[in-house]
Amino acid sequence: MTASADRRVARTRRRAAPGLVLALLAGALVLVLLVSLGIGRYGISPSRVGQILLGFDGMDAIERHVVLTVRLPRVLTALAAGAGLALCGAALQGVFRNPLVGPHIIGVSTGAAFGGTLAILMSGSRGLLLLLAFLFGMLALLMVYALNALVARRNMLVLVLAGVVVSGFFGALVSLAQYLADAEEKLPRIVFWLLGSFATADYDKLALMLGLLAPGAALLLLLRWRINILSLGEEEARALGVRTEPTRWLVLVLIGLIVSAQVAVSGVIGWIGLVIPHLARMLVGPDHRALLPAAMLAGGLFMVLVDDLARTLSQSEIPLGILTALIGVPVFALVFLRATGSERGHG
Amino acid sequence: MAEPCIRAEQAGHSYDGRRWQFRGLDLTISAGEIVAVLGPNGRGKSTLLRAVAGLIAPNAGRIAVAGAVGFVPQAFMPAFSYSAFEIVLMGRTRHIPLLRSPGRRDREIASACLAELGIAALAKRTFTSLSGGERQLVLIAQALVGETPILLLDEPAAALDLHHQDEVMALIRTICDDRQLAVLFTTHHPDHALAIADRVLLMGDDEGHRIGPTAETMTEAHLADLYKVPVRLLRFAAEGRELTAFAPVFRSQVLRSQVSRDEVLRDQASCGEVLCGGKPVSGDSHAK
Repeated sequence: MTASADRRVARTRRRAAPGLVLALLAGALVLVLLVSLGIGRYGISPSRVGQILLGFDGMDAIERHVVLTVRLPRVLTALAAGAGLALCGAALQGVFRNPLVGPHIIGVSTGAAFGGTLAILMSGSRGLLLLLAFLFGMLALLMVYALNALVARRNMLVLVLAGVVVSGFFGALVSLAQYLADAEEKLPRIVFWLLGSFATADYDKLALMLGLLAPGAALLLLLRWRINILSLGEEEARALGVRTEPTRWLVLVLIGLIVSAQVAVSGVIGWIGLVIPHLARMLVGPDHRALLPAAMLAGGLFMVLVDDLARTLSQSEIPLGILTALIGVPVFALVFLRATGSERGHG
Repeated sequence: MAEPCIRAEQAGHSYDGRRWQFRGLDLTISAGEIVAVLGPNGRGKSTLLRAVAGLIAPNAGRIAVAGAVGFVPQAFMPAFSYSAFEIVLMGRTRHIPLLRSPGRRDREIASACLAELGIAALAKRTFTSLSGGERQLVLIAQALVGETPILLLDEPAAALDLHHQDEVMALIRTICDDRQLAVLFTTHHPDHALAIADRVLLMGDDEGHRIGPTAETMTEAHLADLYKVPVRLLRFAAEGRELTAFAPVFRSQVLRSQVSRDEVLRDQASCGEVLCGGKPVSGDSHAK
């Protein structure tokens, strides 16, 4: 009896129960999806969107086309990209025991961006683009990992600096590739791709992305308890019986897989992987069993909303990278202030 | 006696390959036995524990353990604000497959352990908000839920007030007896070894360690040799038992009182006599 009482107490701390937060996030996500599929130059009400999705007979053919063929793949791509990036950010922050890291800061995104640029430069197929994005994303991760281990494994700032260094290196390579690119055809493709957009999303690209992202995310979710343990630190985790090195690598490879799949399809999108995990941690606490799904839901929700803004704010599309940074920076500043404040407050 | 749970044979460790922290160490610990490790700073007490835990390899000899090892580190500060319950639950990890999370049984074991240690009320508190004594109990609970036959504690009572030192020491003795664990702990307080250890390991210079039953090994001469400070062991009666307390003769105290060291020793001896009358005084304050 006391055992069950203790469990109840353990679940209801000052934060709301994680299960309730997850349910609310999922509910909000469904609403946002319905609204997002309706808004745009050709407005459709959420209830009609729902009817179209459920396959009701007698719907307007144009509306069906707009919702199912034009908007659905785009919204789903945004959802998957946002969920994947936030998941990776939360996992990275756990594995590196550092709330300042994210896929963008750690260099994976820039590495993957160079891989993709190289593929465009070589006039490669989508498959090659995906492959090179993955390989160079992992290479960047490897370099950051090695730099961090060489200098000081325990120092959190070193990790961030290593990410900045590696990002700078691959950023320079991307610039070099742009400089060498044919200005008529390839340069615009590279630039447009790098800025990040879901404008060209279709079911083929969605399938390509989900083919890597879905299994990667599923495995990462299954590893959520091990990520808890890794977040305690090297010796502590080993003392608890975890083989830290292979486990950490498994997590990192999965992150490389997810981020490069996202970058290959929709370019570099910053800030989501850094900001959303913080927000999610404020909502459900640091336990990765609740944090990873919460980050996925919140990341997907946020990305879909940002894409709504990108395609409706002005006549022409606003690149996503610009919007996520414009929204992400002040949000991050706020979240970070609150997080450090509460850490000081509660010891 | 039962098959030893921990067996070190001619074990040695050195960080640079030239200066040995310890070497030629032979030690066996059986189930239901507590061994305390004492010695000056930097003599490799924590290193020995980490070697037994398998976190580092000894540079010489070998250390074998029969079964998994529960390890309570000296200092631990998680990067994220996990609750005490989550920290304890993490101790179950060695029983949880790679792709699984803790189940109902794991949670029940963690809750039961928190209750057993009398800290069920702390379950929902964040670990970082706990006091030093509470953290120590939570970390001991984390090691216990792993259900390992061996328990290592690195300075389990450092930075604790007298009351919590008493609690943690009593707890270690109780769980060792109840669960028949092989326990190895380090301490800077000889009183802690006197209180609960069956045997002690005094880690002197290089190969100069002494291992033996607590009462026989912890003599004034051995301790004075170990710490390079004159030491007195005061025997006194309390609660109907004969007890022993450790008292160092600190030079600063001798100088301040402006009497000779001999006189201080005489005073301390007479103080011991007063104690025989039954007045409760702790020898611990001297040890600080």
